[in-house]
Amino acid sequence: MTKPDLLPGTLDMLILKTLTRAPLHGYGIALSIKRLSQDVLTVEEGSLYPALQRLLLQGWVKAEWKMTETNRRARFYTLTATGRKQLGAELSQFHQVIAAITRILQDA
Amino acid sequence: MPNPILRLFHKLRFLARREKFDADLAEEMAYHRELKQRDLQSADPALSPQEARYAISREFGNDLHLRDRSRDIVGFWFETTLQDFRFSLRQLRKNLGFTVTAILMLALGIAASVSIFAFTDAALLKPLPYKDPNRLVSVFERVALFEHSNLSIPDYLDWKKRNNAFTTLEAYRGNLVMLQGKEGVESVGAGRVSDGFFRVLGVTPVLGRDFATGEDVLSAPRTAMLAYLTWLKRYNSDPNVIGQSVTIDGNPHTIIGVLPPEFHFVPVEPAEYWITLHPEGQCDLRRGCHGIYGVARLKDGVTLQQAQADTASIAAQLEKEYPDSNRGQASNVVPLSQYIVGDVKPIMLMLLGGAGLLLAIAAINIASLVLVRTESRRRELAVRGALGASPIRLIRQFVTEALVLVGTGSILGLAFAYWTTRLLAHLVPADLLAHMAFWQNLSFSPRVFAFAALLAFLAAILFSLTPTVRTSLPEVRDGLAEGSRGSANNTWRRLGSKLVVLELATAVILLVIAGLLGKSLYRLLRVDVGFQPDHIATLFVAAPNATYAKEDQALALHRLMLDKLRPIPGVKAVGVSSALPIDGWGNTTWFRVLGRPWNGEHEEVAERDVSTDYFTVLGAKLVRGRYFNDNDQKSTPRVVIINRAFEKKYFPGEDALTKQISFLSTPPVPIQIVGVVEDIKEGQLDSGTYPALYFSFLQGPDNYFMLAVRTSQAETSVIPSLVEAIRQIDPAIAATRGASMNTLINNSPAAYIHRSSAWLVGGFAALALILSVVGLYGVIAYSVSQRTREIGVRMALGAQRSSVYQLVLGEAGRLALIGIAAGLLLAVGAAVSMRSLLFGVRSWDLTTLIGVSVVLAVAALLASYIPAHRAATVDPVVALRTE
Repeated sequence: MTKPDLLPGTLDMLILKTLTRAPLHGYGIALSIKRLSQDVLTVEEGSLYPALQRLLLQGWVKAEWKMTETNRRARFYTLTATGRKQLGAELSQFHQVIAAITRILQDA
Repeated sequence: MPNPILRLFHKLRFLARREKFDADLAEEMAYHRELKQRDLQSADPALSPQEARYAISREFGNDLHLRDRSRDIVGFWFETTLQDFRFSLRQLRKNLGFTVTAILMLALGIAASVSIFAFTDAALLKPLPYKDPNRLVSVFERVALFEHSNLSIPDYLDWKKRNNAFTTLEAYRGNLVMLQGKEGVESVGAGRVSDGFFRVLGVTPVLGRDFATGEDVLSAPRTAMLAYLTWLKRYNSDPNVIGQSVTIDGNPHTIIGVLPPEFHFVPVEPAEYWITLHPEGQCDLRRGCHGIYGVARLKDGVTLQQAQADTASIAAQLEKEYPDSNRGQASNVVPLSQYIVGDVKPIMLMLLGGAGLLLAIAAINIASLVLVRTESRRRELAVRGALGASPIRLIRQFVTEALVLVGTGSILGLAFAYWTTRLLAHLVPADLLAHMAFWQNLSFSPRVFAFAALLAFLAAILFSLTPTVRTSLPEVRDGLAEGSRGSANNTWRRLGSKLVVLELATAVILLVIAGLLGKSLYRLLRVDVGFQPDHIATLFVAAPNATYAKEDQALALHRLMLDKLRPIPGVKAVGVSSALPIDGWGNTTWFRVLGRPWNGEHEEVAERDVSTDYFTVLGAKLVRGRYFNDNDQKSTPRVVIINRAFEKKYFPGEDALTKQISFLSTPPVPIQIVGVVEDIKEGQLDSGTYPALYFSFLQGPDNYFMLAVRTSQAETSVIPSLVEAIRQIDPAIAATRGASMNTLINNSPAAYIHRSSAWLVGGFAALALILSVVGLYGVIAYSVSQRTREIGVRMALGAQRSSVYQLVLGEAGRLALIGIAAGLLLAVGAAVSMRSLLFGVRSWDLTTLIGVSVVLAVAALLASYIPAHRAATVDPVVALRTE
């Protein structure tokens, strides 16, 4: 594998961020992350769906079956209010950690 | 912030509608895949739909795995455990042979260990029912013959006054007393104690009061305390029992208290009544007559050594002050707990060790069987691993299976333990069981359950580790491909073979020892006792002190008894003795030979007082001189009969009939030796023969004696008539413990020790045999499963079935041979080290050794036949395709 892996623990955050714009189904989320990261990050389906289950359990997203343009049934995930709050918390934590790491690397 | 209630709600919803969840997820993933496929095709139009689908599937990964992982997140933690549990049950049911064998072996091993531990716990771990029991000591005198010798009352009083090491010294002794009941007189056990006895132990009565200070002298009123069980059984727990009167030994005693239910005092048990010393009679007041034992509490800060030194100095003082009686009487102080369990401790520890060893062997056997199964499941495990089962999941599977096995085995084992405990209690003879009061009403204390839980825990670890270690992950992949011929296999085969050899050797050792003990018992019961034990009926007769204590009273009773008993039909001769044969060499007296220089030495020999017909009743052999006759009266010179051993020791090369002896009084009263009788085994069957003096009962009558009657018909039919005749003389006389001489011999301590140990070791041996047979089967079956391909090749190349049998049986035979040979060698070594326990049997007794070898060879043959048969009947085609 030449592509870098996702940083552990960041998948939830990326999914939540992706959903701030609009509700998406599973494939849409994976595609969005791939495009926005300019093909650097790829979400394995094996990690995506368990992560979505986890987010559902915590109440940070909710899921609905809707009809798509091609008249097929798909499950769309929407960010909830608590999800939005959680995203904010995780973002600030993430920035803190990155800043700290950057400082250490700069001094060295 | 995770909302736990919301989570719970989601999980419950999932639990209720699992199929919908599965269906939804499947649909979602199918749609995802479709979209991906479409994008792939639009990016590369050359791709056919088929190829695109395959590409997606590869990328998407394992559907089922995905589903599982999603489920894992949403499901409760125990759902997968339930799944594992159901799967384990299915697996175990499929291999019923293995399951039943494993559970049974585990149950037997646990039952044996737990029941023996229960006995050990009751004897050694359970605290004694006294206050601060480790500050209590037993106090004895010490003489050349006996380490733990009893005290005399005057000595005890001096030690009590002069000692500095004890808060107080008290005295006790166990007695059989005559209890006057409604139907007549009964012989019951009782404890005779000093006034502060219960106080020094820290025991308070649960009803009424303790003995008061001074209540143990002759002038004090006679009072008695009841054991709790006595109060329960004889008085129906009547609270008004205090103040009631009970007649003991012909004297009315007032009941003043009831002892607590957990109280017992082993040196005196079984004791139904507790009365005070009330010293009277010639023995109690003489300094030279030793009849009581001492118990004391160490003062705070005083050590055992200091107490020993203290009593030793007092004993030395008394030796100087009273040279006649106290010469050579030293002292001995030991902790009370040590005295109580002393004999039993090494035996219990040995038994526990033996049971533990057997359990370990059983566990290893089961582990080996688990291994055999694991081998046959390699393919299944490989497939599961390939399908995405994580190592944790597989290990969890093993653990669940192990827990199911161990759980069932332990519960069954505990149930068995209930029965084996009862069985073991039967091996302990009734007298000893009554004496070892801590083994009465044996129940499983929390410690015992904790022990069982510990065993189960260790077993579970062993059975989970074995398959785990065996199926390390890289090999799982290999398992799918070729047959694994890794080095781990050979290691286990070598290890397993060594273990089986060990098990076989253990079984051989135990069987040989059991056989030797059994043979010892046989020889013991046929030892030459010096008389004819057939057709002798015996009774213990006790006439109350009040009316028969004086010598002329006892004499008159004796004559009356002989007159009344002789004419009874079935009675050929009637004799009386102070003690019967096969009893002990402990009734002793000091004497000196007249006409020889004497400097006050104490020559101690066994003595008996016997009636004129006694030797005739016994069927003893007169060597020289005469037996006693009616002319030997109180008024005529004293006479004595000696045995052969006495003649050899004291009159070698001289004519004993011309000699006289006397007791140690000054001036000496001469006693003429009138006869020499062939040695009678007065002591236990396995004791030697010692010098003994027989005095005439007419010249020294007593109101407590043993009656021996030679019968012309079965002894048991005559005993009731004897008892009735005595009751007619005087209903206050107790005639109890009627038994034939043969019964007494068969139940004597030496005989029952040999019998019990033979049975016990035999039980262990049977277990060991079963275990080694199963172990051998396990190893051979494993070896066969490893060599299935090789056997298939051989048979395909034309080998006959018989050669396959030869192959397998040959391997088994080799192991069995080594095991049996090693076992025989070690067995002889063990037998040599315990030759003091053997009687009349050589340590290397050939018949036993050969017999055991044959038994084991046959067992080994049976064990290895099944896998051999399976190997020989295997289809070569299947064998070649296996693995």
